[in-house]
Amino acid sequence: MNRALRILAPTIVGLLFLGGWEWLVQARDIPPYILPGPVLIGQTLVRDWASLLPSLVITAQITFAALFVAATLGLALAILFAQSRVVEMSLYPYAVILQVTPIVAIAPLIIIWADNLWLALLICAWIVAFFPILANTTTGLNSVDPNLRDLFRLYRASRWQVLVRLQLPTALPYFLAGLRISGGLSLIGAIVAEFVAGTGGSSSGLASRILETGYQLQIPRMFAALVLVSAFGILIFLCLTLVSHLLLRRWHEEAK
Amino acid sequence: MNRPGSVSLLRLDAVGKQFPGGVTAVEGVSLDIAEGDFLALLGPSGCGKSTLLRMIAGLIEPSEGRLAWGADMAGRIGFVFQEPTLMPWATALRNVALPLELAGTPRAEAERRAREALARVDLTGFESAWPRTLSGGMKMRVSIARALVTRPRLLLMDEPFAALDEITRHRLNEDLLRLWRDERFTTVFVTHSTFESVFLAERILVMSPRPGRIAAELHVPAEDRATPEFRTSSSYAAHCRAVSHALSAAMAA
Ligand SMILES: Nc1ncnc2c1ncn2[C@@H]1O[C@H](COP(=O)(O)OP(=O)(O)O)[C@@H](O)[C@H]1O
Ligand SMILES: [Mg+2]
Repeated sequence: MNRALRILAPTIVGLLFLGGWEWLVQARDIPPYILPGPVLIGQTLVRDWASLLPSLVITAQITFAALFVAATLGLALAILFAQSRVVEMSLYPYAVILQVTPIVAIAPLIIIWADNLWLALLICAWIVAFFPILANTTTGLNSVDPNLRDLFRLYRASRWQVLVRLQLPTALPYFLAGLRISGGLSLIGAIVAEFVAGTGGSSSGLASRILETGYQLQIPRMFAALVLVSAFGILIFLCLTLVSHLLLRRWHEEAK
Repeated sequence: MNRPGSVSLLRLDAVGKQFPGGVTAVEGVSLDIAEGDFLALLGPSGCGKSTLLRMIAGLIEPSEGRLAWGADMAGRIGFVFQEPTLMPWATALRNVALPLELAGTPRAEAERRAREALARVDLTGFESAWPRTLSGGMKMRVSIARALVTRPRLLLMDEPFAALDEITRHRLNEDLLRLWRDERFTTVFVTHSTFESVFLAERILVMSPRPGRIAAELHVPAEDRATPEFRTSSSYAAHCRAVSHALSAAMAA
């Protein structure tokens, strides 16, 4: 009942919204280059699928590559921080600076410096996605139950044993929560960076499709590209939620 | 104060602990613990019982005095906390096997001994249970099995049953006593319950607060405890009364 409602309720809201939208467009006779109705957007999506798909693939590649690098590097740096307070104190402020600097402001520089656009977009997406993983994992590694830590000390556990058997398992739920946030952020990073790059022409992800349809007033196609971006973001979130659920269901309270 | 012929396992010599910031948690504790003793540390909350126990475990250093061991204790001390302190990401069996695995015991051997330890606390059949599926009493049994799996010479327990309901606590008291009678590991049991200390321990050290000192030592001879239905016997009541008086005196001082 509750479960069905959780799917049914938002579906009904969504259908009502789309219905109202379509009705408004029809009743007011709004031209498609101002606001296309959902039916037209759907038709455009089907018609232009073949030309939009390659762009989606490129955006997806950048997003996943950025997320992978962010996860690996965030985890590695968090482990390094957990080993040494001095390293943590020396580097953490710079991670924060990287996080608070708006990506649109530094994207042009990165695009100039990196000799390959794909790499530039990857770096931008990574900068946006990296911090939640680092911050969450660092918190997790420091959240070890003090009694368990004492127990490990009592049995003369090595640093390595403490890390692998105590700190990393404790940090796992924190890491996964960071990953879920970063999944969405790396998509945003990839899109934003491509927007910045796109004003100079020459890239071919979904953001350039959106830009180019804007210039050409192909608004239904622009909406179709937008739908793809959102759908892809939702898919990332659902996948990461599923992974997190599978990894934690046996022991973590939240994941029941 | 030892039984004649008993072997000293640990002697505390004017041991004290002052925390940075000035709190003197423990002061001038001298004490001889013999092999096979069951000793209770009884006192109100905040009188330094945990601090004393953690010094014995080697988890904190005393700031005064010294501890002299009668044997090599590397890996031979078990500790049971007030909370079960299990790793939620590991099954009961893996939790119990932890001390052995940390010491490098091969996995199969560690598992066999962990099974055996779980059997000793009546948890056969729960090897693959996850901690969150176990009741409070069962979690505490897993915690005790983990402490016993290394066959410790010294078992330290810090108010292990304080958070449990009375019925569960009584059962665990009885089971602990049975294990101790079978295996004779030396036990230091911290409690703030007069009744629990009399039921379990042969030697009861009453601690006074601020700074924590040993105010009195009382004995419950094994012959008294051997009476059937000890918990409802007049001898038990008499011992409880004596310990209770000693505790009141220690608090007033
Ligand atoms: N790590 C610590 N730093 C400073 N003070 C402490 C620390 N641990 C315990 N204390 C203080 O020492 C006193 C005794 O604490 P504790 O040994 O935990 O008492 P008990 O176990 O008898 O309740 C308390 O006043 C407590 O606040
Ligand atoms: Mg305590």
